[in-house]
Amino acid sequence: MLFERSRPGRTGYSLPDPDVPDADPAAAFDAEQLRDDLPGLPELSEVEVVRHFTRLSTWNAAVDLGLYPLGSCTMKYNPKINEALARLPGFAAAHPLQPPALAQGFLELCWRLERALAEVSGMDRVTLQPAAGAQGELAGIMMIRAYHEQRGERRSLVLVPDSAHGTNPASAALNDYRVVSIPSGRDGILHPDAVAAAMTPEVAALMITNPNTLGLFETHIAEICEIVHARGGLVYGDGANLNALLGIARPGDLGIDVMHFNLHKTFSTPHGGGGPGAGPVGVKNLLAPYLPVPVVRRLEGSEGTGFTLDYQFPRSIGRLHAHFGNAAMFVRAWAYLRSLGPDGLRRCAEMAVLNANYLLARLRGEWHVPIDRPVMHECVLSDQALKATGVTTLDVAKRLIDYGYHPPTVYFPLIVAGALMIEPTESEPREGLDQFVAALSAIAAEARSDPDRVRTAPHRTRHGRLDETRAARRPVLRWQPERPAGS
Amino acid sequence: MADYEIPADLRYTREDEWARVEGERVTIGVTDYAQQQLGDIVNVELPAVGTAVERGEPFGVIESVKAVSDLYAPVTGEVVEANADLANHPEHVNEDCYGDGWMLSIRVADAAEIETLISAAEYRRHVEDRSTE
Repeated sequence: MLFERSRPGRTGYSLPDPDVPDADPAAAFDAEQLRDDLPGLPELSEVEVVRHFTRLSTWNAAVDLGLYPLGSCTMKYNPKINEALARLPGFAAAHPLQPPALAQGFLELCWRLERALAEVSGMDRVTLQPAAGAQGELAGIMMIRAYHEQRGERRSLVLVPDSAHGTNPASAALNDYRVVSIPSGRDGILHPDAVAAAMTPEVAALMITNPNTLGLFETHIAEICEIVHARGGLVYGDGANLNALLGIARPGDLGIDVMHFNLHKTFSTPHGGGGPGAGPVGVKNLLAPYLPVPVVRRLEGSEGTGFTLDYQFPRSIGRLHAHFGNAAMFVRAWAYLRSLGPDGLRRCAEMAVLNANYLLARLRGEWHVPIDRPVMHECVLSDQALKATGVTTLDVAKRLIDYGYHPPTVYFPLIVAGALMIEPTESEPREGLDQFVAALSAIAAEARSDPDRVRTAPHRTRHGRLDETRAARRPVLRWQPERPAGS
Repeated sequence: MADYEIPADLRYTREDEWARVEGERVTIGVTDYAQQQLGDIVNVELPAVGTAVERGEPFGVIESVKAVSDLYAPVTGEVVEANADLANHPEHVNEDCYGDGWMLSIRVADAAEIETLISAAEYRRHVEDRSTE
């Protein structure tokens, strides 16, 4: 802890004496606005701070160090050209309050990125504003709500498959909809009859993830969308798994009316600790009047040339984010789209799907595969084959850390008991996949020969197995110095 | 199959809740199978006394280190008592799901509904069916 390294009086800066007289804070502020002691900030020299954070960085797992097979999260490599371009002073040093006339380059980038995302997804319009996928969902469902209300309809339900990400029901509930869970078939996908049975005039929308969280393509998607549309509902597409479809299929062509994109997944902008995310939303024309404001618009005819910010959307759902959203991510995503181009995007999806199926083929014999079909971009295993050993999914995940891997997503999707959800992404070479398979095989063998070694993992990390239960039941949210006795 | 405690004197639902019927008062909680599947419970959200609950509809939320799940009302009625201890001691659900881990007492609106709850033998079959999938 930086606090523990603190020594009174040590500093990491050196400033000249002020050339104006000192003022007494008590004369300038009311008593209740004055502190009578320092807030206990750590006191260190610059080199101590640099060493501390550099050391911490060497203890991190990172996609730049190895495979990060986090299912549903598409932890692909972040190309360094994106970083170079996002740091161009015209973007990095721009002020969010610059008037449009002085931000033409940035506005043009937004305009072009919106159109590129629309092209990739088969949507008509895109807003870049939402800060992450979940806020994109919120925006999309807000637009669906506005659409129905505009038509004088008060629908109260949203359908969500039982394999959905937890954000789907949350987004619906935040918009005051009641959520109806639709069971997947035994083949892991949604069936038209299950949707038809739930599709009443009360249903505002179906939210669907395609490919779904089992990594399976929803083959009935077109028919399902027709069923929902025929009863006046709309279809929301959760774009978390778009990586599998790039350049191959467009959600808009399959019947999706509104969807979000995770720039930090599909479009390679940093993710997790490297954030922030960005969750643009694409809509078909019928939802365009409800887009968040402001909308970037290209000037036409007598207006001259260039770009401006348009607030004239009387039916807009409003503003979702200060200024533009997480703007530096737009530059990175644009750089990615332009460096890959249409053929590169398609190749990316093909490689992601090939990698996932290669892993599944290599792991199938040794691990239980709950729904064993060709997958798209990710595959789901379970701990069922280890039942007799007492080793669980959580133990396997912890042991993978000893082998140098960030664990995959575990215990999700909820419809698979003891799920391990593995997404290799297109970034990983075949040798890297082989090494990962070898690690999982070694762990399966250990589970049978020395189960305690797996159950007590990790052993090679700075800290052993943490007590996650106690951390959740009795959280300690703030470091507090130990006060000497009697103080 | 793992060993699950399924007391013979209770009634059950297919959503893994148990119900102890005492006249028009039904006390409910989650079964041993449910708490083992969920793993360590870290939070339970229950409705206040006086809340109306509807059979088959979510009345609260149970959170474990693995996942968050809805809790479904086995019967329709009014909450007459809720286990306030679970807010500070969610571990009671793991340690004693049929005792200290109880969740709600409900005054049943229609006594005939109790007959829709399944027996211990039928619930055991339901658990076994899922364990062998």
